[in-house]
Amino acid sequence: MLASRILPVLLALFLAGCGDIWNSPYSGADRGKSILYTSFAERPKHLDPAQSYASDEWEFTAQIYEPPLQYHYLKRPYELIPATTVEVPKARQYDTKGRELPATAPASAVAYSEYEIHIKPGIRYQPHPAFAKAPDGSPRYLSLSETEVGGKYEISDFPETGSRELLAEDYVFEIKRLAHPRFVSPIFGHMSEYIVGLKELGETLQKANQAMLAAHEKKYGKTDKGYPWLDLREYDLSGVTVVDSHTYRVRVKGKYPQFVYWLAMPFFAPIPWEADKFYAQRGMNEGRNLTLDWYPVGTGPYMLSENNPNARMTLERNPNFRGEPYPSEGEHGDEKAGLLADAGKLAPFIDRIVFSREKEGIPYWNKFLQGYYDNSGISSDSFDQAVRIGLEGDAALSPQMDERGIQLKTSVGASTFYLAFNFLDPVVGSLSERSRKLRQAVSIAVDWEEFISIFANGRGIPGMGPLPPGIYGYRDWQDGFNPVVYDWVGGKPQRKPIDTAKRLLAEAGYPDGRDQKTGQPLVLYLDTAGRGPGDKSRLDWYRRQFAKLNIQLEIRSTDWNRFQEKIRAGNTQMFFLGWNADYPDPENFMFLLNGPQSRAKTQGENAANYANPEFDRLFEQMKNIDNGPERQALIDQMVKIARQDAPWVWGYHPKDYSLSHAWMRNGKPNNMARNGLKFLRVDSALRERRRAEWNNPVFWPVIALIALLAVGTLPAWLSYRRRERSAGRVVAHSVPPGRGG
Amino acid sequence: MLAYIIRRMLYAIPILIGVNLITFALFFVVNTPEDIARMQLGAKRVTPEAIEKWKGEHGYDKPLLYNAAANGTDKISDTIFFDKSVRLFVFDFGNADDGRSIGHEISTRMWPSLALALPTFLIGLLFNVTIALLMAFFRATYLDFWGVVLCVAMMSISGLFYIIGGQYLISKLWNLVPISGFSGGFDAFKFLALPVAVGVIGGVGSGARWYRSFFLEEMGKDYVRTARAKGLSENVVMFRHVLQNAMIPILTGVVVVIPTLFMGSLISESFFGIPGLGSYTIDAIQAQDFAIVRAMVFMGSVLYIAGLLLTDISYTLVDPRIRLE
Repeated sequence: MLASRILPVLLALFLAGCGDIWNSPYSGADRGKSILYTSFAERPKHLDPAQSYASDEWEFTAQIYEPPLQYHYLKRPYELIPATTVEVPKARQYDTKGRELPATAPASAVAYSEYEIHIKPGIRYQPHPAFAKAPDGSPRYLSLSETEVGGKYEISDFPETGSRELLAEDYVFEIKRLAHPRFVSPIFGHMSEYIVGLKELGETLQKANQAMLAAHEKKYGKTDKGYPWLDLREYDLSGVTVVDSHTYRVRVKGKYPQFVYWLAMPFFAPIPWEADKFYAQRGMNEGRNLTLDWYPVGTGPYMLSENNPNARMTLERNPNFRGEPYPSEGEHGDEKAGLLADAGKLAPFIDRIVFSREKEGIPYWNKFLQGYYDNSGISSDSFDQAVRIGLEGDAALSPQMDERGIQLKTSVGASTFYLAFNFLDPVVGSLSERSRKLRQAVSIAVDWEEFISIFANGRGIPGMGPLPPGIYGYRDWQDGFNPVVYDWVGGKPQRKPIDTAKRLLAEAGYPDGRDQKTGQPLVLYLDTAGRGPGDKSRLDWYRRQFAKLNIQLEIRSTDWNRFQEKIRAGNTQMFFLGWNADYPDPENFMFLLNGPQSRAKTQGENAANYANPEFDRLFEQMKNIDNGPERQALIDQMVKIARQDAPWVWGYHPKDYSLSHAWMRNGKPNNMARNGLKFLRVDSALRERRRAEWNNPVFWPVIALIALLAVGTLPAWLSYRRRERSAGRVVAHSVPPGRGG
Repeated sequence: MLAYIIRRMLYAIPILIGVNLITFALFFVVNTPEDIARMQLGAKRVTPEAIEKWKGEHGYDKPLLYNAAANGTDKISDTIFFDKSVRLFVFDFGNADDGRSIGHEISTRMWPSLALALPTFLIGLLFNVTIALLMAFFRATYLDFWGVVLCVAMMSISGLFYIIGGQYLISKLWNLVPISGFSGGFDAFKFLALPVAVGVIGGVGSGARWYRSFFLEEMGKDYVRTARAKGLSENVVMFRHVLQNAMIPILTGVVVVIPTLFMGSLISESFFGIPGLGSYTIDAIQAQDFAIVRAMVFMGSVLYIAGLLLTDISYTLVDPRIRLE
């Protein structure tokens, strides 16, 4: 009886939730709307631009915040263009006496460089309560009492919003925030080496904050965290000044041409002081997450309307966004690919972007195939289903993907994955001929072509040096192959025969893998962050590569923290690492081999602790000059030295494969920028048709299952009836004489 | 009974302190405060100064358990352990290592967890008891034999297989429900149908077999023979007498898990995209976020202790002979 009442209700609820496509994870009300559906795997740790330094966080912040510069969406090599500025700023250089120097002045003569940045007028912030005004013109929500904050749990609980124009002071405010004493900006250490006065500001703020906290502790006790607002406007940053309402100036120490690339990162996006004050009010962060780290405030094309990093993050079109023209030029082939069809039209083209959290690969992939995600990467598990690799190594879509009109886009990432030799190690790590030849022998023996084929599904190209394709200075094909490891045979690079490696090993004093002096077998040690049984095949492969030279490879697995600790302490012999570019400049890769940036000695990024004085000298020259023949010549020399010294086995540059459905337009991989969602376009009508076509509910198996259960239950029912009817007789027979009644 | 409950609650305090100490020791054996700082700050361009600043900001710059440099009670209270653990006892979970409020997360995530766990638990219990009763009813027949075989087979299969198989069949091939996701209100029903079904089916093998053994044990007792001798139908014997008397061992296993339903399911929540406390815990372990891990372990311990207490109380309800003193 109860079941007969409950079941129809449950069924009605189920049908109400389903609409006509039963397996759609989205609300029926959103059908046909201009929405991009995509996903994220890890919840973002930070959305505050001063703290966020992860690409998956920039996927959100880059749509909301606008740093002064950005990368051209279509052009390659990557080119910086204005975002909120009138032009890309040029550095003006000065000597120690403040006299302006020509652009060609040597780095040693330059005491500081200045960048004057002009902001376009009329840019406005997204609607936000921090800008709301009371009828008398005073800020509506900037002086709230604890009781008034008490009833607010979401940003939408503040009904009134406002906006204002973007000003130069907002950019200056954010640069000061890099030195904020109440959180850690990951680039503060690096930037304080360059931006004049930033380090000193950090110290001043630290002292001011300590005094403020001591007074607060006295008033509210030790455990109270409702600290008063630290108004950064009251503290000067000597190297960064507001010139006028739309101009500010940044002074950096010496010559640092890479500084303009930093101006394209969210660290340098504007933050209005009103937002900082709004979120600093007492009670805002007490169990409510009403912080700038949770609810960003920007001028970009989108604003965060839903922040539920456990399940869904939603970006809505910022109604105050001025509109940005779609690029009207790109690289060769873009026009043919239809990437210039929207040239000159004002972006963004999509009204809403829904990021759903997908932690597991299988559900994510299946939902993409059902049309519920508009784009997807390709995991190793689904690679064979999605892509066919031809005999020439060319990638093409599988027939199943082709049939669905799915598009494949590939690009070589601005990143590198390498096997490093620790230069502090006495066996593999010096500039001596013996160690160098040993490293060269290993470089030949480790077959990266095979590695890429087996472990990366062919998604990568073997490294020929520290620079990946797409970075200035990289040379391709015959001009760019590594003659230490490869021969040029039949119009392509071919790995040198293993006999060459054995000869080098013998010259290094290890004939046939044994130490010439002691006769002991050569044992090398590879440190790795052990993960699990899944890595066994890869570790076995490494052993086999070294076994080609009769070198015994001992693998020392540890957890990630200990692995990092060993690298920091220089207690390793060999290890694998990777690097993703911060910006498309050769300096951002070459500095990984710069001696003064040794990880063990200075906690720098040179994890191999490689140090070659000639390389370091060339690096100092190369990093400070503009791209051109002179720089190319320096890069060529540096690459040649690095190849000879072989501090890394050059590994490979991973290739990114991405898929998108037929209804997506204007997609182009961009390894430098994350702010390209504004240029995407979606054909919602086509998407609806395809989804309906691909997701017809199939009922017969359920009916068959119910029928099967019914048939299966029948013998039980019959047996029950039989038993009920025969119980008396059976029991009577089974009672032993003398015990009945 | 009130005295008994108060006594049990007092016993819980040293247990919870012990749990906290063990969690703390296990966590910091493999993670130093510096590791935690590096995990939060990322791998790029992190300076030793930034590490120190982060540790200071998050209270990880103190000694772990004993502060020799401090005076008086500060030797104990001015430590990471004291600072991070004592507030738990008043359910003040503080902030996660990424600065976000753990209490806020728990209060929002427990409902999706409960929305999945409660129906799975109730429907599963109903299913398991029904199937166990049927097997006991048809004991020593081919239905019982093949039922047990099926149960053993089902309990031998990994839970992950049910999840992936269920998603493939129901969502991908038959297109009947979404593969994963979650939404509030009525929409929640379509997202929960599959994980609940998978949870129930995945648990039938072990559950039904377990309850069957209770029922069989009861059916061998004298009162059952007496009931049959009085001419009661097998229906009445099973449902009125056997079921009622088998409730005590069933309650032992069932009531204890009721409070822990809030904690969610680690695997199901990840695969079905349900934003509950199970996936929160997994995320925290992967991110080495000690603040969340300790809060979730503490919550789990409190709920488990509450479950044990509820079990004891429930005994008195189903068996009048039991008195708590």
